[in-house]
Amino acid sequence: MEYHSPASFDEASALAAQAQGVTRFLAGGTDVLVQLRSDLVTPDTLIDVKRIAGARDITRNADGSWTLGVAVSGAEMREHAELGRDWPGLVEAMDLIGSTQVQGRATLAGNLCNASPAADSVPAMVAAGVRVTITGPDGTRQAAAEEIPTAPGKTSLGKGELVSALHVPARGDRGGDAYLRFIPRTEMDIAVVGAAVNLRLDGETVTEAWVSLGAVAPTVLLVEDAAAAIIGTTLDDAALAALDSAARAACSPIDDKRGTVDFRTEVAGVLARRAARFAYARAKGDAK
Amino acid sequence: MALDDSKREFRFVGTRPDRPDGLDKVTGRARFGADMNAAGMLHGAILRSPHAHARIVRIDTSKAEALADVKAVVTRADFAEVPFKPGLAGEVWNVLENVMAGDKALYDGHAVAAVAATSALAARDALKLIEVEYEELPYVTDVNAAMRQDAPVIREGAADFSVPDDMHPNVVRRHESGHGDVEAGFAEADLVIEDSFETEATHQGYIEPHACLGQLGKDGKGELWCCTQGHWIVQKTCAALLGIETANLRVTASEIGGGFGGKTTVFIEPVALALSRKANRPVKIVMSRAEVFRATGPTASASMDIKVGMKKDGTITAAQGEFRLQGGAFPGAPGDMTAMCAFAPYDLKNVHQVGYDVMTNRPKQAAYRAPGSPMAAFAVESVVDELCRKLDLDPIEVRLKNAAREGTKASYGPRFERIGLVETLEAAKAHPHYAAPLKPGQGRGISCGFWFNHGGETSVSLALSEDGSVQLMVGTPDIGGSRASMALMAAEVLGIPYENIRVTIADTASLGYNDVSHGSRVTYASGLATIKAAKDAVRKLSQRAAAKWGIPEDAVKWEDGCAVPSGPNAGDFDPLPLAEITAEMGQTGGPISGHFEATPEGAGVSFATHIVDAEVDRETGATKVVRYTVIQDAGKAIHPTYVEGQFQGGAAQGIGWALNEEYIYGEDGRLQNAGFLDYRIPVASDLPMIDTVIVEVPNPGHPFGVRGVGETSICPPLAAIANAVSAAAGVRMRHLPMSPPRTLAALKARDA
Amino acid sequence: MSRVHVTTTVNGDETEFLCDPRETLLDCLRDRLNLTGAKEGCGTGDCGACSVTLDGRLVCSCLVLGVEAEGREIGTIEGVAQGDELHPLQRKFIEHAALQCGICTPGILVAAKALLEKSPDPTEEEVRYWLAGNLCRCTGYDKIIRAVMDTAAEMREAV
Repeated sequence: MEYHSPASFDEASALAAQAQGVTRFLAGGTDVLVQLRSDLVTPDTLIDVKRIAGARDITRNADGSWTLGVAVSGAEMREHAELGRDWPGLVEAMDLIGSTQVQGRATLAGNLCNASPAADSVPAMVAAGVRVTITGPDGTRQAAAEEIPTAPGKTSLGKGELVSALHVPARGDRGGDAYLRFIPRTEMDIAVVGAAVNLRLDGETVTEAWVSLGAVAPTVLLVEDAAAAIIGTTLDDAALAALDSAARAACSPIDDKRGTVDFRTEVAGVLARRAARFAYARAKGDAK
Repeated sequence: MALDDSKREFRFVGTRPDRPDGLDKVTGRARFGADMNAAGMLHGAILRSPHAHARIVRIDTSKAEALADVKAVVTRADFAEVPFKPGLAGEVWNVLENVMAGDKALYDGHAVAAVAATSALAARDALKLIEVEYEELPYVTDVNAAMRQDAPVIREGAADFSVPDDMHPNVVRRHESGHGDVEAGFAEADLVIEDSFETEATHQGYIEPHACLGQLGKDGKGELWCCTQGHWIVQKTCAALLGIETANLRVTASEIGGGFGGKTTVFIEPVALALSRKANRPVKIVMSRAEVFRATGPTASASMDIKVGMKKDGTITAAQGEFRLQGGAFPGAPGDMTAMCAFAPYDLKNVHQVGYDVMTNRPKQAAYRAPGSPMAAFAVESVVDELCRKLDLDPIEVRLKNAAREGTKASYGPRFERIGLVETLEAAKAHPHYAAPLKPGQGRGISCGFWFNHGGETSVSLALSEDGSVQLMVGTPDIGGSRASMALMAAEVLGIPYENIRVTIADTASLGYNDVSHGSRVTYASGLATIKAAKDAVRKLSQRAAAKWGIPEDAVKWEDGCAVPSGPNAGDFDPLPLAEITAEMGQTGGPISGHFEATPEGAGVSFATHIVDAEVDRETGATKVVRYTVIQDAGKAIHPTYVEGQFQGGAAQGIGWALNEEYIYGEDGRLQNAGFLDYRIPVASDLPMIDTVIVEVPNPGHPFGVRGVGETSICPPLAAIANAVSAAAGVRMRHLPMSPPRTLAALKARDA
Repeated sequence: MSRVHVTTTVNGDETEFLCDPRETLLDCLRDRLNLTGAKEGCGTGDCGACSVTLDGRLVCSCLVLGVEAEGREIGTIEGVAQGDELHPLQRKFIEHAALQCGICTPGILVAAKALLEKSPDPTEEEVRYWLAGNLCRCTGYDKIIRAVMDTAAEMREAV
């Protein structure tokens, strides 16, 4: 295995474009090193992006949107009070991944590019409308977060391409987001089901909503029917019931060591309801 | 063992001094299995079967051997020939077959070859170059499926005499016991409940993977450093597997990072020695966590049928159970112990139990904390709980009414001596926890639990230094603070401060044979031996005083660390402190030591009662344990803090087993969750504080009254939690673990 | 396979070693620098026995490559005591018997120290969640949590 620590994303891209065999980018390393230790994937080329200028920065832009470096750790996001005020659901989703120790290393970009359907931060990113910049041999391009994973362990990134920044929209008024996941323990598990809701209110009425589900399909889902179920409502019981059934209808999960098809489908509805209530309370300013 | 020298008033015993190994363990310098290195050391790695059951057609190691970094490769041919025998009579063969596969790979993870190379990475790389041709065979991993007539046969001829001829060859041992007439008893009952239960296999889950450093020469002499619960059994087994003489292998036990029964046998140790013999260099092997899960002993999984009859007043009229346990591809699942423990807390006129030991294509089971008892308690105590519920009776009162006491004929045969079950139940009844109000969504469960406890072969040596300090050598690896307990007991007899006694876990060359640290035997048996060895030293110290004073030996007694005349007629001499006697010992007859070797038989069974409150999220099936109280008879708590620690640890492991821990096998017969990510042991945020009550009903078989405490603490939790969850969810839970998908499915089934 | 030269600071001392790029920081600490206080319980970041600090941040050293340590500052259990003066956590762990076998203890002490530096007055819940990545199989965590809370109280009084 060759290890590289380039100084720029262009250099990183060039290294990857020229590399033979298996190439991996190293951000937090909490997936790459596990795969290495388990003899699942031993890269021929490993490109560490942490020493690239800006990779560890959290920046609030003039329009209120946020730019996050690809090597920003979960702990650094958690400690950023302003980011947490704007996007508590996104920050919490990241914060739920692994232990305190894992939080010291794990990154949003890594969680996205590892392309696990159960990735905790991805539903929150998708619901929040996060976009990413991709640096490749032909320059840079942008894509929505949900466009990156295409199947378990697979991404839409081409040879020599890597995510070089993440962009979180401006929060705006009367908006709120929340992410909840189900795990058997209280910590340290992979999501059996994850649900993120991001919404905006006018008065008491939901005017915009995004509902995203994790671990219930080969990739994280953005469920438009679920959003439609609550738009125009005050999140009353009927709206929540409609959200629950729309969320369940969108599920096409598998039976595995973490949960059954029935369990995942049922709990997806439960968590969508609970996350919607939480996001709603945040949008109203009733909850942090 | 009759003891005429029992002691009930203590100066040191029952205090809570700091542990002697504390400083090493908080500074990181304590040396565990993987922390030892040797000059010229190689690193070993083991190739493991990816198949649940397969004939090994061919192993080609030539490509691995051709690597410059590789210094030795071994397969089964590099081990001794050991005779095959049925059942546990063939345990040495069973262990060899498990350490390195012969004709067949018997489970996913079974060792088939090993290499030694100049680095751990080189050894792992070399494994990838070993070619193994397998012929895959049908497999079975479920206990009930393995007993059916059409089940794949794992090994013909493994069943011992106890198994009827018409049973499947996978059934290898059968146990039956009981007394009275259960059918007559059931006829007397007002209510009879018959139900079936299952528990999945769990792993001991020690945080330290198996690790060893071995060296063996062509002259048959060797050294081995390893983490083990018993280095004499390692010595004996490795010698047999390698065809060398036992005494020529010196084994030193490292600090041990948890065992819970799982480090009572060998896995990698004979492999390291075989590699070392071939390479003529020391070889270190450290298992990965995945290897620990795939190839070391989990506990047995169980399938159980229980029938209990009760009168309206709570009297149990009869009880019977059938217990089917699979223990992997070898004999050894504790069907016998499960059956024997099942009804032990009850004084029954009519009881009958049958246990089966069944083989499947899973790793060889190893002991796990009271093997068999937790599963049995889960099944039986669930049925008793259901009877109480249906007859509207208080579960503690019912258990008190039927409780085993001194003189009760135990369900498994003998009459109980003095036991403390009733005392734990009375303490539970009086505990504020039992009366505390529950919140909506919560349920409370209680259960009793029983374990035999064990004595076992034991040797202890105690050597006095000139300055009056004492070296105590015991042979039972310290798995929970036992060095502190040994020092306290020695201090009590010698009458010198705890701090003046240094306890060492002696290697196999420095002390006589010692059984493994298992069966909750250490504080009992090594403790008894320590007391006896200290008394032996006291006798010799008294002799020196008698000689100095010129009075008969029996005119001297030992008090508060000094020899004193036994009475006014013995003479008028100032007390002679231990250190003054040892200062002159070179001139008064030579070194003074105390010894004791025996197999103590009075371990003293123990009982516990647990109370637990659980909260169930009815929308997701998630369970949270919100309050937990352990009440257990310790006989006499030598170091109460460590006794509490054993109580709490057993409860926590039981919580894991009850709620989330399980071996999950896929359709392909392979283990799906060989890591701490998906084998879910409790984390700190999962648990509440665990309250403890130490009941002390002295064991007549120990001078200070000690009963083992390590294992009984895991016997009640499965049942207590199942009873609490069943109460909270409003549906009887019959399959452990009660993982959220299982609980939610049970809730759905009830509502359907 | 070519080895990489790494210069790093461990417990305040500048040090260097050669390693295969596949070796983890944990491998390098244990096998190259003979600092065996950090333990490998899982190798996959699930048990916390290998906890160290990297530029002051708590991490699992099994999830860091040795080559990543270049120019960084590493803190291990061996650096927690100052000379013969134990850290209050170390004293309290002995006093509370917050260990049985002791294999998880170095990782838990490194993690708990990082917590108290960030949060001198943690709630029980905060301590439990902070330490959720440090598995202990012996104690049921009860005495560990009590020892950490008691240390925090003592350290607050000392300020």
